[in-house]
Amino acid sequence: MWGGRKLSSSGSRFLGAHRSPFRGTQADCPRLTTSAAYSKNQLSWTLQIKPSVFSEYRSMCFKSYSMTFACLNRMKSYSLPWTRPYSTSRTTVDSSEVKTFLALAHRWWDEQGVYAPLHSMNDLRVPFIRDNLLKTVADHQPGKPLSGMKILDVGCGGGLLTEPLGRLGASVIGIDPVDENIKTAQHHKSFDPVLDKRIEYRACSLEKIVEETAETFDAVVASEVVEHVIDLEMFIQCCCQVLKPGGSLFITTINKTQLSYALGIVFSEQIAGIVPKGTHTWEKFVSPEKLESILESNGLSVQTVAGMLYNPFSGYWHWSKNTSLNYAAHAVKSSIQEHPAPAEFALKEETEEVRIETSTNSGVHEELKK
Amino acid sequence: MAARLARIRWGTAPAAARRGPLVSCRRWAGASSDTVYDVVVSGGGLVGAAMACALGYDIHFCDKKILLLEAGPKKVLGKLPETYSNRVSSISPGSATLLSSFGAWDHICNMRYRAFRRMQVWDACSEALIMFDKDNLDDMGCIVENNVIMHALTKQLEAVSDRVTVLYKSKAVSYTWPYPFSMADSSPWVHITLGDGSILQTKLLIGADGHNSGVRQAAGIQNVSWNYDQSAVVATLHLSEATENNVAWQRFLPSGPIALLPWSDANHTDFIDSAGSMLQYAVAFLKPTKISARQLPPSVARVDAKSRILFPLGLGHAAEYVRPRLALIGDAAHRVHPLAGQGANMGFGDISSLLHHLRTAAFNGKDLGSMSHLTAYETDRQRHNTALLAATDLLKRLYSTSAAPLVLLRTWGLQATNAVSPLKEQIMAFASK
Repeated sequence: MWGGRKLSSSGSRFLGAHRSPFRGTQADCPRLTTSAAYSKNQLSWTLQIKPSVFSEYRSMCFKSYSMTFACLNRMKSYSLPWTRPYSTSRTTVDSSEVKTFLALAHRWWDEQGVYAPLHSMNDLRVPFIRDNLLKTVADHQPGKPLSGMKILDVGCGGGLLTEPLGRLGASVIGIDPVDENIKTAQHHKSFDPVLDKRIEYRACSLEKIVEETAETFDAVVASEVVEHVIDLEMFIQCCCQVLKPGGSLFITTINKTQLSYALGIVFSEQIAGIVPKGTHTWEKFVSPEKLESILESNGLSVQTVAGMLYNPFSGYWHWSKNTSLNYAAHAVKSSIQEHPAPAEFALKEETEEVRIETSTNSGVHEELKK
Repeated sequence: MAARLARIRWGTAPAAARRGPLVSCRRWAGASSDTVYDVVVSGGGLVGAAMACALGYDIHFCDKKILLLEAGPKKVLGKLPETYSNRVSSISPGSATLLSSFGAWDHICNMRYRAFRRMQVWDACSEALIMFDKDNLDDMGCIVENNVIMHALTKQLEAVSDRVTVLYKSKAVSYTWPYPFSMADSSPWVHITLGDGSILQTKLLIGADGHNSGVRQAAGIQNVSWNYDQSAVVATLHLSEATENNVAWQRFLPSGPIALLPWSDANHTDFIDSAGSMLQYAVAFLKPTKISARQLPPSVARVDAKSRILFPLGLGHAAEYVRPRLALIGDAAHRVHPLAGQGANMGFGDISSLLHHLRTAAFNGKDLGSMSHLTAYETDRQRHNTALLAATDLLKRLYSTSAAPLVLLRTWGLQATNAVSPLKEQIMAFASK
């Protein structure tokens, strides 16, 4: 799910203008060896944009920032510490985000188009998922390393990550709240008979399928999703519920730092146009520390957190020790069954202990009295 | 009446609807029930068959469907003939490694091949001489008959026939290329129409169909090429004296190079000679003794009957090796003068590089026809091949003249190169890849 603003209409106009020159330069991009030429093209194009539209966008930007803050505050007052995960009145889907993604639903599979960075991110995230899953099995079938595994791809979009996982032999279910995305993904996989059988797409949110798919997946993948959900706690809870004990959760997202604002929002969206405008909201970015604490408190033990860096000139991603921009995390659900409300348990235990103590104390007192 | 009309209209409507899509999506005609191949190799020559073999034996392709299309009939070598074939290739150690990776080299060793350890090249117009010699006991390369290599490859393909399908006597007549990215209702695969009308779909088409590549022409890839006004004559010679035959001799005459390639101890030698008004190129082998002084080539007793053939020479290089869902390898991508013995080796080098990139892509679950790894292959190989093509063409032109300044230049160059052993080792290393 991608960040939505009030500028979905102006957003698509922007994108319309942004598409044709962008495609021209992007199509040449793989052949260009000089990074200066690439950035020059980008910069010269953005300078041609009417400044009025830019300032209009900025003011809308600030307006919707304040809106988001208000929304968040309202949400916070409603949330309870351990909510029933089956409640249908609460959802992790942000409907404004859905609108922005609708505008780009047919552009998913253009490898040199707006989603080019996501296509090239596969070079990092597929090996990350594959290698960590292979660690959990004794041996694997050559040619189909992930065969026999059931994977859930949450927020699959057009199926960019779902298809490689399917090609590696896994049976994958891809879900996305945007209907158009599912349609595009469905259409794209229909041409390949092997993928058609291994992948299934559903247009729904995670909460809807939690009941029927509890503890059935070997892995859940939420790549570039957690920065778009409304309620991260609930999202992680649902992920945990659909995982088998010992199953893996893979998350890739963006850190909430000043650097990620400067590079991730200002540079990527507004200046260089690497990411479509309005995709991300800085407030929704999640720091690795916050993510780790939510994961640990839900019974998922974090195995790896690794930084990812995108080079906009070459179009390739690299692993990095620095997690201040993008990062990937791998967590494993503990094999022991954990009660979903450990706080209550602890309370109960404490009260029991107190009772035992008082009874022993009273016993001691009685003895002393004797 | 109205009801009947309505019914007729309803009756014909589906038929019309059926016809419509059939006409507009003619590509789908044979496609709905047919398999989509992962890789189709077009051209079953040395390089094409080796590519199909390499893919078939690679562990990352064990659940993928591979097809090899060959226009000619299946070539079976029943018993090794007594007489030697005069179409031979010089196989470098790098190519031998590739061939042994899928077990073809063992078959070749069991049949017939000739290793050579030294190479002596000199200029007819001057005393300049260069000797390539491997100090250790490794061979510089091997001479193998082309039909022996083909037989080894065919045997290996038969052994892996569950993964690699080979269609003999199938010539592709037309190709349909996919649109840049998935648009409504257009198949994203490459469609190949065969001579018998059947249509194949594939995710990646590898063109290995020789220097007049049909695949390259159909894709509209520009080809820089020119013909040398030279032809090669190849023949098998019998030597007059018995020598231990494992040295290559090459002499540059103004009319063209002559070389002798050793073939067997029993006085046979493969001889390619250029002579006469039509420039012809000959390669011959001869083995000298340990003395590094100039050796004379052995004297020739006679030429094997009916062993002379002639083939034209030229240079060619494709401007692009790859397109979405298409890759060119071997002579389809580059055609070179045989004076350096590199034509087949460049093709095998293409196979190694493409296999490496495809294997990584398959292990990452990528779409095999995606340009990201295909351009990496193109960059790899264009760098290597362009250098070699340019060097070979330059040598050919340099040695085609007897003008004094150029003779002086090349004499000094040859002598200087001969004196600097690290440079010679670099040249040998580059050619052995």
